[in-house]
Amino acid sequence: MNLSYLSKKLSHSIITLFIVITINFFLFRVIPGDPFAMIAKAGTLSAEYKEELSTLYGFNGSLPIQYVKYLRQLFTFDFGLSFKYRKPVLEILGNRLMATLLLAFFAQLFAIILGTVIGTLSAAFRGKKIDVAALGFALFIYAIPAFWLGIVLLSFFSVKLGILPLNGMVVAGLSHPTTWAYIKDVVHHLVLPVFSMGLAICGGYAIIMRGSLLDVLTEDYITTARAKGLKRKDIVIKHALPNAMLPMVTIIAINLGFMVSGAIQTETVFSWPGIGRLVYEALMARDYPVLQGAFLIISLTVIIANFIADIFYGYLDPRIKYE
Amino acid sequence: MKNENILEVSNLKTYFKIKEGIVKAVDGVSFSLKKGESLGLVGESGCGKTTTALSIIKLLADNGYIEDGKILFKEKDITKMTESEMLPIRWKDISIIFQGSMNALNPVMRVSDQIVEAIQLHENISDKEARERVTKLLELVNLDTGLIDSYPHEFSGGMRQRAMITMALACNPGLIIGDEPTTALDLMVQAQIIDLINDLRKKLDTSMIIITHDLSIITEICDRIAVMYAGKIAEIGTVQDVIFNYKHPYTEKLIKAFPNIYREREMVESIPGFPPNLLDPQKGCLFADRCHKKIGEICEKVDPNLIKVGGKNHMVACHLWEGKDE
Amino acid sequence: MSSNINRKKVMKKGIIRFIDIFKENKMGVLGFYIIVFFLLVAFVGPLIYSYNPQEFAKGGLIAPPTKGFPLGTDDMGRSILGALIYGAKVSLMIGIFATLISVFIGTFIGIVSGFAGGKFDSVLMRITDGFMVLPKLPLIMILAALLGSSTRNIIIVLGLTGWTGTTRLVRSQTLSVKQRPFIERAVSVGAGKGYIMFRHILPNVFPLVFSNTILVAAGAILTETTLSFLGLGNPLVPSWGQILRGAFTSGAVSIGAWWYFVPAGLCVILLVLGFTLLGYSFDEILNPKLRRY
Repeated sequence: MNLSYLSKKLSHSIITLFIVITINFFLFRVIPGDPFAMIAKAGTLSAEYKEELSTLYGFNGSLPIQYVKYLRQLFTFDFGLSFKYRKPVLEILGNRLMATLLLAFFAQLFAIILGTVIGTLSAAFRGKKIDVAALGFALFIYAIPAFWLGIVLLSFFSVKLGILPLNGMVVAGLSHPTTWAYIKDVVHHLVLPVFSMGLAICGGYAIIMRGSLLDVLTEDYITTARAKGLKRKDIVIKHALPNAMLPMVTIIAINLGFMVSGAIQTETVFSWPGIGRLVYEALMARDYPVLQGAFLIISLTVIIANFIADIFYGYLDPRIKYE
Repeated sequence: MKNENILEVSNLKTYFKIKEGIVKAVDGVSFSLKKGESLGLVGESGCGKTTTALSIIKLLADNGYIEDGKILFKEKDITKMTESEMLPIRWKDISIIFQGSMNALNPVMRVSDQIVEAIQLHENISDKEARERVTKLLELVNLDTGLIDSYPHEFSGGMRQRAMITMALACNPGLIIGDEPTTALDLMVQAQIIDLINDLRKKLDTSMIIITHDLSIITEICDRIAVMYAGKIAEIGTVQDVIFNYKHPYTEKLIKAFPNIYREREMVESIPGFPPNLLDPQKGCLFADRCHKKIGEICEKVDPNLIKVGGKNHMVACHLWEGKDE
Repeated sequence: MSSNINRKKVMKKGIIRFIDIFKENKMGVLGFYIIVFFLLVAFVGPLIYSYNPQEFAKGGLIAPPTKGFPLGTDDMGRSILGALIYGAKVSLMIGIFATLISVFIGTFIGIVSGFAGGKFDSVLMRITDGFMVLPKLPLIMILAALLGSSTRNIIIVLGLTGWTGTTRLVRSQTLSVKQRPFIERAVSVGAGKGYIMFRHILPNVFPLVFSNTILVAAGAILTETTLSFLGLGNPLVPSWGQILRGAFTSGAVSIGAWWYFVPAGLCVILLVLGFTLLGYSFDEILNPKLRRY
């Protein structure tokens, strides 16, 4: 693999990470209002208690000093203590992150496959009924708010039909005799959120795939393939798609933030114990350390995912692979 | 094959449907091509030369269709064939070399794989045998066989064009169409490709149709020339006849537009006006309003037919020469 | 000055031609009519069907559709149809104003960065990339919560976070326009940078910005709805997202009160669809590769 490409993308990621960290830092220091309003629920705090809290949570000293302290803390994976739970933030984040990754991975997989198929059908049969149906479906799905889709599916499958669970990752309070039983329970709970989130995201992917494939079908090498006597189906699958997938990879990577939005909404509706829902809960509880930590972790995940996508792209495109 | 003509095009009419109406891109073109012969199709942009070529392999855009006429390839009428009947003919019997643009070859597929694909589409041979044939063909076109597994972007423009020629020859077709095969190349490479084509003409028995707007190439690699204007053939004959004994006023202007290094220095002449709108072509000869040898009303009212004017099958569509045929 | 008169004539001709082509684009026309429909609902609707968000319990609570309440009632007894009509204006206005802010910022940065080039451009684009990678919804949620949920703040927050896509688009278009010979001529004649950017680059970039704006508006409306649903909107100003929040928090979902959450969602979908159809139709018209015959 091309080393200069890799190192360029790596340095890019690191710079972006620093920008994110800095934004994260300033986000919570320049807001109006008292950061300790949550803790001081009843009455006001004494001046010295406030001083103690400030030191504990790193709010005193000049801004540059705070920044350096903040960076130092990050490098030792010290994300501070939660206001609400009085536990280390990192601990809280860890479990939740796993739950979200599980949901997001399968939802993304579903969305990419479905989106690719719909987009390809639409582009390959352009102008015919399949195109209108596929494109119409994609545009319609794209316009649906992820949470609304969740609500509708929930009310239909869980409330009305009662065949899928209403919330959570596992049945609350149930102890599972075997690991296999645990997995089965999780999968049972995973079905609806994955379907909901995957469906909500696939619209955008379908539209992008359609655009990419339409672009590719105007290229000269497609005419060459036709002249060779290839059947239309083979032209699309063997020549057009491999080229159309390339910009797809890039755009999917750029739009990973979109997936986070879907995760937050889906987790809220389905009470899925993930990090998206944590953002919502911490926001309501004004639990700033958790909020800050969650935001950072989510951003970091997106940056890493972007980097992986870049590597994947470099592997797929021979123009980069062999340079 | 009884007939020694490998290709006979009779009164071909290819039209395109657009929002504003019907564009008559090719409107009554006839010519024939013998086995091993090389015909040059020359004319300005938009005169219908590429459309004629694409009609022969039925690779028109979605809104294009053959309105009338016959195309007999090895005595079978192509115009009547369905898409699935065309598939085995494409490349195996008629192949095409496109302009050497950056993207004529699939950028994510190795060159060897693309050529092998062409072969295996039409012949039932193993991968190994196909690759061996590709290697031999690469030698034929003077490409380093070690580069066989490269990707197109690793080739220079000239090398890519050679690779395309290799691919076009892969199934040993009876007819190869070259659509502006040297236009995108710089002059030195152009010269090399021209030499290559001449070399191949000598070695193989393939018939060729070379489409270009560059007269200088035609004279080097073609036996006969057809000059096209506004969707019709203005003049057709051997290189000798058409270049040195031109009859059509347009041909005259075309030739005079090319500076001749061997003649005395004289101003290059251009042709005033613009090519006609093929959406609603006017009556009469379509060159009439730009013609410096117009003889009168007949040019504006009657569309001239191709008539013989001597030489070896030298024909011209011009009222000037009517009555003077032999 | 005669050049100004010519400019206007050419522009007018171009617009007329564009409208002619647009009329043929079924997708675009459909989107256009959908948007017009909702504009009518938003501005004419309240004149026909009166609705007061302060009046509670006129009908039953979360009651199904009956005479007088064609779409049933919400958890405070208010007519849902009335809430939908009233909310149309809110959703539209917030979406449109937020979009105007985003597009203005994006176009400005895009042109300046693209035109300036060099180190300045690289640094600015790095920062933009950093912003682009930032997960938008958490950021918006945090900003909205920290700044307070007034309507004005929501518009500002949405506006300040939605400019990255426009910036990238405008910048790449600026780069290609910058290459054109007439720019070089303008520079050699002594035109100032600001003049060139405003008088020459902006008009050439504008068509693309226009279709992008419509798509950004679609996203802004979706985001506002989501924000309101998550409880970060202004509860006193009933947008469709607020209706959906009411449906969710009052448990209407678990009792199957479809009239509470289905119509509001469909309204959002339809309006966003309208903008999306319109935006993509513009894209088809302006992008030569996608053009049909």
